[in-house]
Amino acid sequence: MLGKTAGGLFWMYRYLERAENASRLIETGQRIALTRAGNSDDEWASVLRTAGVHDGYVQKHDKIAKETAIDWMLRDADNPSSVLASVEKARSNARLVRTALTHDVWEAVNGWYMDMKEALARKVGERDLPKVLGLIRQNHGLVRGATQGTMLRNDIYDFTRIGTFIERADNTGRILDVKYYVLLPTAFSVGSNLDNVQWETILRSVSGGGGFRMVYGQDSGPREIAQFLILDRRMPRSLNFCCSKVRDNLNFLSSDYARRLPSLDLAETISGRFQTHDIDAIFDYGLHEYIQDILSALRDLGRQIEIDYRFYE
Amino acid sequence: MSDSFDEMWTAQGGLRDPYEYVGKWFDDQDPSRLRAKQREAEELFRLTGITFNVYGRAEAEERLIPFDIVPRVISAREWQKLSRGIEQRVRAINAFLQDIYHRQEIVRAGRIPVEMISKNDAFVPNMIGVTPPGGVYTHIVGIDLVRTSENEFFVLEDNARTPSGVSYMLENRETMLKMFPELFAATRVRPVSDYPRALHRSLAACAPRAATGTPTVAVLTPGIYNSAYFEHAFLADQMGVELVEGHDLRVVDGRVAMRTTRGYEPIDVLYRRVDDDFLDPLNFRPDSALGVPGIMDVYRAGGITIANAPGTGIADDKAIYSYMPDIVEFYTGEKAILQNVPTWRCNEADALAYVLDNLSELVVKEVHGSGGYGMLIGPAASKKELAAFRKKLEARPGNYIAQPTLALSTVPIFTRSGLAPRHVDLRPFVLVSPEGINITPGGLTRVALKKGSLVVNSSQGGGTKDTWVLEE
Repeated sequence: MLGKTAGGLFWMYRYLERAENASRLIETGQRIALTRAGNSDDEWASVLRTAGVHDGYVQKHDKIAKETAIDWMLRDADNPSSVLASVEKARSNARLVRTALTHDVWEAVNGWYMDMKEALARKVGERDLPKVLGLIRQNHGLVRGATQGTMLRNDIYDFTRIGTFIERADNTGRILDVKYYVLLPTAFSVGSNLDNVQWETILRSVSGGGGFRMVYGQDSGPREIAQFLILDRRMPRSLNFCCSKVRDNLNFLSSDYARRLPSLDLAETISGRFQTHDIDAIFDYGLHEYIQDILSALRDLGRQIEIDYRFYE
Repeated sequence: MSDSFDEMWTAQGGLRDPYEYVGKWFDDQDPSRLRAKQREAEELFRLTGITFNVYGRAEAEERLIPFDIVPRVISAREWQKLSRGIEQRVRAINAFLQDIYHRQEIVRAGRIPVEMISKNDAFVPNMIGVTPPGGVYTHIVGIDLVRTSENEFFVLEDNARTPSGVSYMLENRETMLKMFPELFAATRVRPVSDYPRALHRSLAACAPRAATGTPTVAVLTPGIYNSAYFEHAFLADQMGVELVEGHDLRVVDGRVAMRTTRGYEPIDVLYRRVDDDFLDPLNFRPDSALGVPGIMDVYRAGGITIANAPGTGIADDKAIYSYMPDIVEFYTGEKAILQNVPTWRCNEADALAYVLDNLSELVVKEVHGSGGYGMLIGPAASKKELAAFRKKLEARPGNYIAQPTLALSTVPIFTRSGLAPRHVDLRPFVLVSPEGINITPGGLTRVALKKGSLVVNSSQGGGTKDTWVLEE
């Protein structure tokens, strides 16, 4: 496989994942705005921060308001990480690696792009928002299904998985990075109504509410939420889950190519951390520092994969 | 043009033999169902991403080439004659290229003036004395044909550089099979779907000396913004080979190699969709970022096959075209089976005088032009356009050739008010290898969608049709 193709696949699946994550963050923000009176603008600021698009937003807009924040996240031409831009970039990468994809995958990506061009041609009104967000998730579901159902399990597939899970780990990491303080065990705010809403926000932004209750029951608190999002091996968006998938796929590549490369060492170090730490040790170390360590290690890993597999000249 | 030959209907309104079934079938259909099918076809094309990028627009825009659902039908007998003529012509073109890059016997014999070769921009001096692997110059050729009557076909031009459009031939058929399976059940149409496999086999058969084991084939594209990128990706995908760009390649140990996830791996046969000028910045245009520095040196040393060979453009030059009947006769010893359109070479004083006197009757083309750009269709031009073109012609007569305006045949398209005749041409695709010449039955039919228009180019608003060659 061409190095360029590996890079194109990696980024294609990162952008696809990014588009869906953005839609989930918008949904969460919208939900909070609807269920809470008053200062939901703070919530939009943290949504923008989590999506990593806050700086760009404040350069263009003086104040943070729901309507402009949603438009920024969905389709503003000045936001390179908007849903529309992400889907466009995913499709552009898909065109680049067209020969590595099955017809089904290409058509699903192209179909998503066509849907987004139409649905995001103009500002999305409040009434249409749920439909548009649903369309994003549904289309990603189609691409994912086509990928799983039709692609060979070879190095091509490995790069699609690595892209997906690095992006997802990054997303979960950012959610925790922005909201870590509501998970800190301070005697002061435990059990307050505010925290319940904040906890729910976190779970919603990873579509994890149902799974969480299934595992930990109704009355669990921040410690369990942190455990669930960082260490849980069953939760498909936890840092542990995502990082071990990245490690597994790098491992497949390594045995496929009969060559062990530095990126595998990095991935093993990262996922190894989750095996040796329990949640109390993480709180002792400092939740915020811990999350930042992981995010920075993921960035290094991304760069190393790029070098190891010759994405660029 | 009412005096054009219509391929479906006779002058009395009856159906011609090849169309007997198809014509009746379309008559029996509910127009609203056909309209729905036409929309469905468009959806299919859009979803598959069968688009082309439009040149000369700031924003890279992808457009669909309009597809018409009425097939163009060619009888077995007609096709037999055409394919014999095409094969003869393609053999002559390869012999001509071999000759002009070696002893130039045709010039010595006085059949072509030496300046037609030596002063021709498409002549590539780097190719002098080089014999490509397998002796094949034009691995892929597209011969543009037009029909003017029951038995008269003319070659409009030869495409010996990098003919495009074959993906449309294949996708048009796939679309028709999906939409009108019942039509195919009742007629016996020769399949075209074998083309990608035949292309791969044909390219692999031309592997260079340096190749060991199964030859590695790759397609070289200028990139995703090229107007034909879809086709490049399509062909690489269908052949199961890598689609590479210049920056994926470099010369390693005397071979052209591609950067893979495991390191650099040599390529044996490169099907390039990049023009000669851009192929090698060390040997041709130094500012080209699309090619591979040093590929020509590897090529001359037998380290890679480039398809088509550099320098084949001289065979599809429009001035050389006018010599094609001589070229065919010189190399095959036979009269050309396919006719040439009579052509005035404007660099000859008599011819220029005639062309200037009859400008409003003629079609004038740039010698190196393509895609329908820079040409004049006399009968359709305004006085102002004629005057402007006259100036260009007088300033650089050698840049132009002129031909009579042919009454191109028509085939009906499906319009809002039913079937209506439109002018068409045909581009059959030909593969050449040491194993022989392979012509896919049919080819790409291009159709001028505007009533009366003679310009079928997709860049100028033309569409395409599925082309059927019937079994005997």
